[in-house]
Amino acid sequence: MQHTSTQDTFVGLFVASGIVGLFFLALQVSNLSSFTEHDSYTITARFQNSGGLKVKSPVSAAGVKIGRVSAISFDPKTYESVVQLNIDSQYNTLPDDTTASVFTAGLLGEQYVNLEPGGSDDYLKNGGKIEITQSAIILEKALGQFLFKSAEEKK
Amino acid sequence: MRLLPCTLNLKLMTEFLQQLGQNTRTSFTKLGRGSFFLLQTLSGTLSVLIRPRLLLNQMYSVGVLSFLIITISGLFVGMVLGLQGYYVLSDFGAEETLGVMVAASLVRELGPVVSALLFAGRAGSALTAEIGLMKATEQLSGMEMMAVDPIKRIITPRFLAGFLSMPLLAALFSAIGVIGGQMVGSGLLGVDDGAYWSQMQANMDFRDDILNGVIKSIVFGFVTSWIALFEGYDAIPTSEGVSRATTRTVVNSAFSILGLDFILTVFMFGDN
Repeated sequence: MQHTSTQDTFVGLFVASGIVGLFFLALQVSNLSSFTEHDSYTITARFQNSGGLKVKSPVSAAGVKIGRVSAISFDPKTYESVVQLNIDSQYNTLPDDTTASVFTAGLLGEQYVNLEPGGSDDYLKNGGKIEITQSAIILEKALGQFLFKSAEEKK
Repeated sequence: MRLLPCTLNLKLMTEFLQQLGQNTRTSFTKLGRGSFFLLQTLSGTLSVLIRPRLLLNQMYSVGVLSFLIITISGLFVGMVLGLQGYYVLSDFGAEETLGVMVAASLVRELGPVVSALLFAGRAGSALTAEIGLMKATEQLSGMEMMAVDPIKRIITPRFLAGFLSMPLLAALFSAIGVIGGQMVGSGLLGVDDGAYWSQMQANMDFRDDILNGVIKSIVFGFVTSWIALFEGYDAIPTSEGVSRATTRTVVNSAFSILGLDFILTVFMFGDN
């Protein structure tokens, strides 16, 4: 057995370094500081096809992340995909004729919702709806159309 | 004459069944004794909290003395992950995602599992040997003679120390591993430092990844300490018995850690 006070110091050091490790994981690895739930409001957008969009996919405007997708469901009456968007409440000046489109980051990257603000003076509020939407571009579909078209032109 | 092999067969069969039944019975009684032992250990928690000196001494021998092996292993595991990940990812031109790969594999799996295996080998075996030897030299019975409850005085502080140290050690292992991966990845192989961290931060989730890893390490700490202490307490009080108990601690801990890890992973990460 060592002298008790040195032992105490070592135990203290050990516990402190363990907690520092946890904090490091929380802040540096998972970026907890930006994860903290800000106040947010929800708006819905209906897409003909939301492609590979997932819950927690980013919502961005002008390339800046302003929220996340909170839920995706299928409407059995209109056969549309209903996507709920959680937008940080500091960005509460989106016009109500904003356009929402599903884009892909890079050629094979993850999909995200891009908001293109319109010119209206009225703003979207909690529970608001985005009327104008553009579906995800399905790569296979686009490729198929392109091949079909080029075959047509050759005739 | 024709009956003879048949009766012999039957005899062998009954013997086999008897053996099987006996094994089942002994393993069940062991499980029962183990659970009873755990309850007794846990019931001593309050009396340990009144005397934190006991806990502190054990934190030293269980946690602080495992510190070095955990940090060094974490560093090397992280560095190897950085190297191997780079070789595979650079084939696809995706070496920027090295940080995600290193962090995800460390925080979700390798951090809790490898540090628990090391912990079982470093601290668990020592606990078993210590308790087993105390039993063999009749120190535990001596305590009972003096009306001191050996479980509350000896076992509970060690159990709590293992239970508390394990999450700290696993967190350290993962943190140092991530730094090791960064050292190799961006220091040696030329992955962009900013991409390493930003990709990691964008793709790692606090609740889904880090918290689940911490929960895993808490479960492993609980199970490993329980197995180590029970094997020591239950050891046959001879030198051979203690040596066997120590072996059993390491083997059983490893099996339980790996098995539980599979089950926990299915529940935690199964739905995405």
